[in-house]
Amino acid sequence: MAIGLAHFLTVAAILFTIGVFGIFLNRKNVIVILMSVELMLLAVNINLVAFSAHLGDLMGQVFSLLVLTVAAAEAAIGLAILVVYYRNRGSIAVDDINTMKG
Amino acid sequence: METLLKLIVFLPLLGAILAGLGGTAVFRYIGSAPPVQDAHDDDDGHHHHHYDGPRWPMLLTTALLMVTAVLSWIAFFDVISGNTYKVVLMEWVRSGEMTASWALRVDTLTAVMLVVVTTVSALVHLYSLGYMSHDPHQPRFFSYLSLFTFAMLMLVTSDNLLQMFFGWEGVGLASYLLIGFWYNRDSANAAAIKAFVVNRVGDFGFALGIFAAFVLFGSIEFDPIFAAAGEMQGKTLTFLGWEVPALELVALLLFMGAMGKSAQFLLHTWLPDAMEGPTPVSALIHAATMVTAGVFLVARMSPVYELAPFTQDVVVVIGAITAFFAATVGLVQNDIKRIIAYSTCSQLGYMFVAMGIGAYGVGMFHLFTHAFFKALLFLGAGSAIHAMSDEQDIWRMGGLKNYIPRTYAMMLIGTLALTGFPFTAGYFSKDAIIEAAFAAHEPLAMTAFWLLVVAALFTSFYSWRLMLVVFHGKPRASRETLARVHESPLVMMLPLYVLALGALFAGWLFKDWFIGAAEAEFWGAALYRAADNDIVQALHHVPAWVVWSPFVMMVIGFSVAVLFYVVKTDLPEKLATALRPLYLFLLNKWYFDELYDWLFVRPAFAFGRLFWKVGDQKIIDGLGPNGVAARVLNLGSITSRLQSGYVYHYAFAMLLGIAGLLTWLMMGG
Repeated sequence: MAIGLAHFLTVAAILFTIGVFGIFLNRKNVIVILMSVELMLLAVNINLVAFSAHLGDLMGQVFSLLVLTVAAAEAAIGLAILVVYYRNRGSIAVDDINTMKG
Repeated sequence: METLLKLIVFLPLLGAILAGLGGTAVFRYIGSAPPVQDAHDDDDGHHHHHYDGPRWPMLLTTALLMVTAVLSWIAFFDVISGNTYKVVLMEWVRSGEMTASWALRVDTLTAVMLVVVTTVSALVHLYSLGYMSHDPHQPRFFSYLSLFTFAMLMLVTSDNLLQMFFGWEGVGLASYLLIGFWYNRDSANAAAIKAFVVNRVGDFGFALGIFAAFVLFGSIEFDPIFAAAGEMQGKTLTFLGWEVPALELVALLLFMGAMGKSAQFLLHTWLPDAMEGPTPVSALIHAATMVTAGVFLVARMSPVYELAPFTQDVVVVIGAITAFFAATVGLVQNDIKRIIAYSTCSQLGYMFVAMGIGAYGVGMFHLFTHAFFKALLFLGAGSAIHAMSDEQDIWRMGGLKNYIPRTYAMMLIGTLALTGFPFTAGYFSKDAIIEAAFAAHEPLAMTAFWLLVVAALFTSFYSWRLMLVVFHGKPRASRETLARVHESPLVMMLPLYVLALGALFAGWLFKDWFIGAAEAEFWGAALYRAADNDIVQALHHVPAWVVWSPFVMMVIGFSVAVLFYVVKTDLPEKLATALRPLYLFLLNKWYFDELYDWLFVRPAFAFGRLFWKVGDQKIIDGLGPNGVAARVLNLGSITSRLQSGYVYHYAFAMLLGIAGLLTWLMMGG
């Protein structure tokens, strides 16, 4: 069985969905949310690379490298925010973070 | 003469305005804070007020009233020499066919009222100089008194029903203000409101009567009404879907107003409560003048009443019942002013009986003499109350004749006149009413005759009971009170002396004019009598036993009072115990207050509560402002629950949004 575009897209879709659910169903830890965001970005990357290979256009792979860079920066900032938040609040449990409640 | 009449009416108004605006604290301290006055109690809890304002408002109003009284007597003697006056001051209302002007109509009827009103008012002003001398609000009091006098003069000089209604309401207002003069007493406020509300019932009838008169006659001026009254016999008006005789309707509705103002049976409940006002007010308004306005109204409208036989019967019945009813209640009351108040109510009933049987002059005669001796009794009672440090319960007085002999003598004269002792004022006027009731020779009038005779017995009893309990026997007051008992100052005694002269001689002096040989000439056109109405002549030709019956009743009443309160003083107690239900029935004034409370007051409160709690709060507020506000709050709390504060909720919402947006772009784009 040849691995075609559809398989890649399916994997990406599955990863993306897992990421989404990771955000919604997670009740414990903000780090998990960051990881889920990361997972969704990776799913997008797979899509980019898959289409790049499929269409023979390198631009997609270049773009995925850009996404990786941005994701690394975002993870660094996100984790830094978390550390500060933990110092201030003593908890990074998702259920405790609701100061935006109306 | 016209200037003089204008002065009579407007001098009291001038006094009221000057004293009310210039003399009261409101204007004295205009633009600055008044000094704080605190009434401090002395050792035995008596308030000692002080008045440190100017004296001129009191002196001015009193002086103006004195002048007015003198002018009134001049006008009186001018009018009875055969003159009548009609002074048109200015036009008031012109609306379509209806015209009403401010006018002074002065004939004998008005002249009699003028002297009664201004004389008693002047004397009461004078008396109040002493009686109210410690009151901190005297200028207001005198201003109200003068305002009342003005309104009463407007009433009696009116030339049309509308001006009369103006005066009618004016005296009602002044009465309200004066009953509630001590406005920091709850009972005084309640009594004032009661007087006002009960009078509204009568005034409602009066107003309807004016409307009916306008519909019938096309005018509310007296002269056209009187001229056309004869032609209107047999005409009918539709009232509440019934065809009723027009003249009867007008007369009945006007009489309803008279019943309210003159405290007749069914609308009498306000008068005893009105005794919450200062005693001079009781003497002036609730004995001598305002309450007789109803009698005056019937006399003034005599051309209409004379042609309304059914209404006349109603007047007789109501008058006789009032005379009897009030006298029975007076038998057992314990408050000195209330006894006299019920006596007033009873005597007004006598006057209405006279009006109802067509003896208008006789009724006016009793009004005239009654004003003197009843004002005398009230002012004398005020003097006794003043002497006893504001005590009004007769059972806490006793033996006062040695302490205040002059007041005692004056009260004695008043009592003799009221009970009809020979040759005093009441002897001529009251007995004439009783004789006239007999002479009318109608079954109804006969019933009235017997009721009046019995009422005369009761009158004598309660009057002597008051005298014997208050002035004779052993003093029952505390030693401190007795130590302070003092005869009233001359300024208070002088009016009593003058009124005593009236009570002694007014009947004897004026009987020929009012009801005697010169009667027709005296009244002239002021009173109308149908051609077959010879009651005033007939009353002089009644059997001897009828003539003697009031005298016998007076003697019996006196004897029983002596027996009860001097000889065997334990008898009243035993009698009250033996006839306890009857005693309680009388003591509670035939349970009229309770009846009205149950019949009108409670339902009114229930309705009010219904409209308040259900109509206003539940329906209007519930569906209106409060309901809308509550729904908005609900909606707000529901939407605010969307704002959970959890990041993943917002993220989910974003995702749903994007999914929705994409779907829309793909499907619709």
